[in-house]
Amino acid sequence: MSKNIIEFKDLSIEYVLSKYSLRAVNKVSLNLVEGKITALVGESGSGKTTIASSMINCISSPGKIVEGQVLYYGNDEVIDVAKLNEDEINKFRWKEISMVFQGAQSSLNPVITIFNQFYETLTVHENYKPKKERRKITKQMAKERVKYLLEFVNLDAERVMNSYPHELSGGMKQRVMIAFSLLLDPKVIILDEPTTALDVITQDFIFKLLQKINREMNITMLLLTHDIAVVAKYADYMGVMYGGELMEYGTVESVFKNRYHPYTSGLISSTPSLIADNSKLSPIDGIPPNLLNMPTGCRFHPRCKKCMEICQSNEPSEVINKNGHMVRCFLFDKEEKINE
Amino acid sequence: MSKEIIKLKNIQMVFNKKGKMFHEEKKIHVLKDVNLDIYEGEIIAIVGESGCGKTTVGKIITGLLKPTSGEILFEDQNIYKFDIRNFNKTRELVQFVQQDSYAALNPVRTIYQSLSAPILHHYKKISREELDEKINNLMNIVGLTPAEQFLSKYPHMLSGGQRQRILMARAISLEPKLIVADEPVSMIDVSMRLSILNLMSELNKKFKISFIYITHDLATAKYIAKNGRICVMYLGEIVELGNIDDVLKNPKHPYTKALIAAVPIPDPKIAKKAIDIPIKSMDITGLEHRGDGCPFYLRCPHAKDICKEKNEDIIIGNRLVKCCRLEEIDREGS
Repeated sequence: MSKNIIEFKDLSIEYVLSKYSLRAVNKVSLNLVEGKITALVGESGSGKTTIASSMINCISSPGKIVEGQVLYYGNDEVIDVAKLNEDEINKFRWKEISMVFQGAQSSLNPVITIFNQFYETLTVHENYKPKKERRKITKQMAKERVKYLLEFVNLDAERVMNSYPHELSGGMKQRVMIAFSLLLDPKVIILDEPTTALDVITQDFIFKLLQKINREMNITMLLLTHDIAVVAKYADYMGVMYGGELMEYGTVESVFKNRYHPYTSGLISSTPSLIADNSKLSPIDGIPPNLLNMPTGCRFHPRCKKCMEICQSNEPSEVINKNGHMVRCFLFDKEEKINE
Repeated sequence: MSKEIIKLKNIQMVFNKKGKMFHEEKKIHVLKDVNLDIYEGEIIAIVGESGCGKTTVGKIITGLLKPTSGEILFEDQNIYKFDIRNFNKTRELVQFVQQDSYAALNPVRTIYQSLSAPILHHYKKISREELDEKINNLMNIVGLTPAEQFLSKYPHMLSGGQRQRILMARAISLEPKLIVADEPVSMIDVSMRLSILNLMSELNKKFKISFIYITHDLATAKYIAKNGRICVMYLGEIVELGNIDDVLKNPKHPYTKALIAAVPIPDPKIAKKAIDIPIKSMDITGLEHRGDGCPFYLRCPHAKDICKEKNEDIIIGNRLVKCCRLEEIDREGS
């Protein structure tokens, strides 16, 4: 039986502004299975990044969790991430869960060499440890560790360590950031659009590398992306987000095969493929929802081709079948309907 | 065969990299011997990695950059031999749609102002009614109806897909013969991409406007350029040029093969089978290190010493492949 390493329970996150509050994430329940790659797919503004940043208690201000919990099962005792105080979160962040941010190209400090950035993180985290366990980290020790990591991501370690970020190409910087996220041996890595600005060949190399990390180091990954083709190729589980809600969740095979939710099926059938017949593709009509003025009922109903009367007034609830495939849609309001 | 609108002949583009205190000035050969004909009413996709010169080609075609050497023929006349008036006239017939729709529109002007500017500039004595009718008509063509709802808005009030439609409306306002679209959908939400691509093929069919679709996404290129042509570029050279279906089904150049193998297929049954990309190293070798031979030499799995110096165009049917070991590679493969 596979074990969950992270559980989101009825998580709602709001950005409280002066006149109104904006609900970026609404009642999301999601489990990340240990040692697997889970992908969250959705358009910009669908709440992917907000959910992920709640895992390391790093939601950008003025956002906060108004409901629900994020539970971490990586150690012997369960940690409720939102309840950690500042000292505890400093120890937790990067050590247990690390993140590769969107636009990794600009996540590096331009005036410090790559090695010194790694070294700083190592020494700072050493200071968070209790006094007895603290070691003195020499540059030599750090160098060995950094060299190992950079070589693991197929970089010329000696050259990269002494470079400044502007001396590296986009794909190289992205691999430096991946090495960076591995620095403290985390159990979970969040990847926020890791290949958006990169070319297909580089993208493929980066994902092969991430798969290798996932398998060899048994690190759980949460991949946030809008590219459904990438998900099909590399992820094990996928969740589809729309307007801050999780619309469908299951194994990649099951979601692609069944595509219960009209939004999922719309997304899949609006993605051109290199080999399949593209004549049946059709776009999703309408425009993405405005978070300040969310439609009543099901959030997808104004764009849905199968919209019924009930969708306009009532919110659908989650229905899960025995294989763990979840869908939130009135077309499948009973469990029998999604058990083939 | 329909006739050519634009002919690029032996285009070379060299950028000067300014020397710093202890560095000498460097010359970077961005485009090398680019020959490309664009026919009336066709859609041609230019694909390649970032830094391969595809946007530079687009800018040269629209007249935004002047090539270092080589000729650009617009309907068989060299545009750099024109006087300024004729030059500007040809530039009106070739329009450019940028990648970032937000940066391409003036943020302090309403959509109406942005759309009317080129029309007022072109038709000096147009009446207010005619102008309004023209703009309404444009908005209908690009599917932004009712037009009044959008015209008084500012760019930040529209979604990415809507802004991209405004750019399309502005590009067709002077009835161009050719539109160069530089990654028009890469910054748009996935669910809206297809509708912009559909709009482009609609404009192509309805008004016989040729499109040059610049992208790094082969799947959308295949979608838009059905039966059209594809031009694969690598480090400033065209390495393969031909009918898009033929090229994607049966790629000849080692780089095209690698590129196609790297594209993920949106179907887990097919995509999960891991394929190795036939390429030696993932890092793009810089333009500065390129020698006289094949630009792909350092990464090509089939490279031999001969590739270092020699590189030639081979024409098979209506396909152009730039690889001097093509026949040998084919034999090795079979």
